[in-house]
Amino acid sequence: MLNIRLIPVLLLKGTGLVKTRRFARPTYIGDPINAVHIFNDMNADELIFLDITKSRSGQSPDFSMISEIANECFMPFCYGGGVRDIDTMKKIFYIGAEKIALGAAAFEKPCLIGEAAKTFGSQSIVVVMDVKKNWHGQYRITTHSATRIHPVDPVTYAKRMADAGAGELLVYSVDRDGMMNGYDIELLQQITRAVNIPVIACGGAGNFQHFRQAITLGGAAAVAAGSRFVFFGVHNAVLINYPDKQQLKQLFLGSNE
Amino acid sequence: MKVCVLDIGMGNIGSIVNMIRKTGHYALVVKKPCDLPDTGKVILPGVGHFDQGMINLHGLELYAPLNERIQQHKIIVLGICLGMQLLTNGSEEGTQRGLGWLKTDCKRFNLSPPLRVPHMGWNIVSPVTSTKLFNDIEELRFYFVHSYYLSISREMNILGTTEYGQSFVSVAQSDNVYGVQFHPEKSHHSGMQLLKNFIEKC
Repeated sequence: MLNIRLIPVLLLKGTGLVKTRRFARPTYIGDPINAVHIFNDMNADELIFLDITKSRSGQSPDFSMISEIANECFMPFCYGGGVRDIDTMKKIFYIGAEKIALGAAAFEKPCLIGEAAKTFGSQSIVVVMDVKKNWHGQYRITTHSATRIHPVDPVTYAKRMADAGAGELLVYSVDRDGMMNGYDIELLQQITRAVNIPVIACGGAGNFQHFRQAITLGGAAAVAAGSRFVFFGVHNAVLINYPDKQQLKQLFLGSNE
Repeated sequence: MKVCVLDIGMGNIGSIVNMIRKTGHYALVVKKPCDLPDTGKVILPGVGHFDQGMINLHGLELYAPLNERIQQHKIIVLGICLGMQLLTNGSEEGTQRGLGWLKTDCKRFNLSPPLRVPHMGWNIVSPVTSTKLFNDIEELRFYFVHSYYLSISREMNILGTTEYGQSFVSVAQSDNVYGVQFHPEKSHHSGMQLLKNFIEKC
């Protein structure tokens, strides 16, 4: 059975979709609801929406936007950005999201993860780890769209989040974001060896080979990507795309049970 | 064709309404007993706690009219997720009595690691009895999120089962009452086709 998930990550900025490079230089891609329609038609496994305005500012989520997405999305989706308490989470689950991603809130208030897991089930709680190398080449946890770098090692952090009750970890390499030159396999290996919960690889995917590497070498349970699903061709024209069933079969043949 | 979607205040029904529109039909969201139809199809969705679902059905004064429509007018009902469970006799999750149209009880998953509760994700339905619900569906693969399941019973028609540490009833029927444990509205083409089949063929 094909049980490796291939997940488009869509970044919201205001009411539009953008794609970043190394968490900067947001390029406008299009309308989020239009993107949902296209991914519906392409049978995507699930979608992750991250509101980068809200994660940077810490403002509360745009509920009407989430509700528009929920109404049009014929697949499960995860929302992240500006979620800081149980009440907000309740509202988002009620609107119709299947999962919620926590970044800064998980970093600042790890207790929130336990409470959320208890209230909604750990399967619905995704902790986002935005990881960046510092001047010394050491991996460090960042928050608020990588505008704040913390003296925290991602392996220690991953273990702590798993112990706190996180259902999944979205390991997002800030340095690889939008570069399309492959996932940070070393980072993935360090984290997947340290925790038992599923790790979603993110940041750097440019082709199918990269997806396979994240799974077979990096130990990831799922692969997420932004640019790979919204750009196409040598000139990186905006074109939403997703592999069809046949391509998926070839992609993961022999890489899972 | 028109389909009524019963809104008992338990979760998002927007995606169901939109999925029905995608099948070429249209949905009417019903909250009041006087708006319940005498004929046709009704979808009972729901996400959340069993008791809360029953309390809401009673509180909105939908319980008796819904039963009457099912029994006397033979309207055709499809329960989705919690909606399916509300159609059973009752659930370990709570103490309220269910609607009792599917003659079985809901039990909590009791699994050992690495399997976890809730059962959340894409999974396969194995057909047990032939049904028009499954017509033209290439792969019976659907999206599930639930902690309780319908246990096997001989007093209803088991249409499909799913494996998650154990086998459980994922699609059931009893005369004019149908239930699916997964979310067709979150299951792409398979889900859309199933809803289309319910509307056109059942």
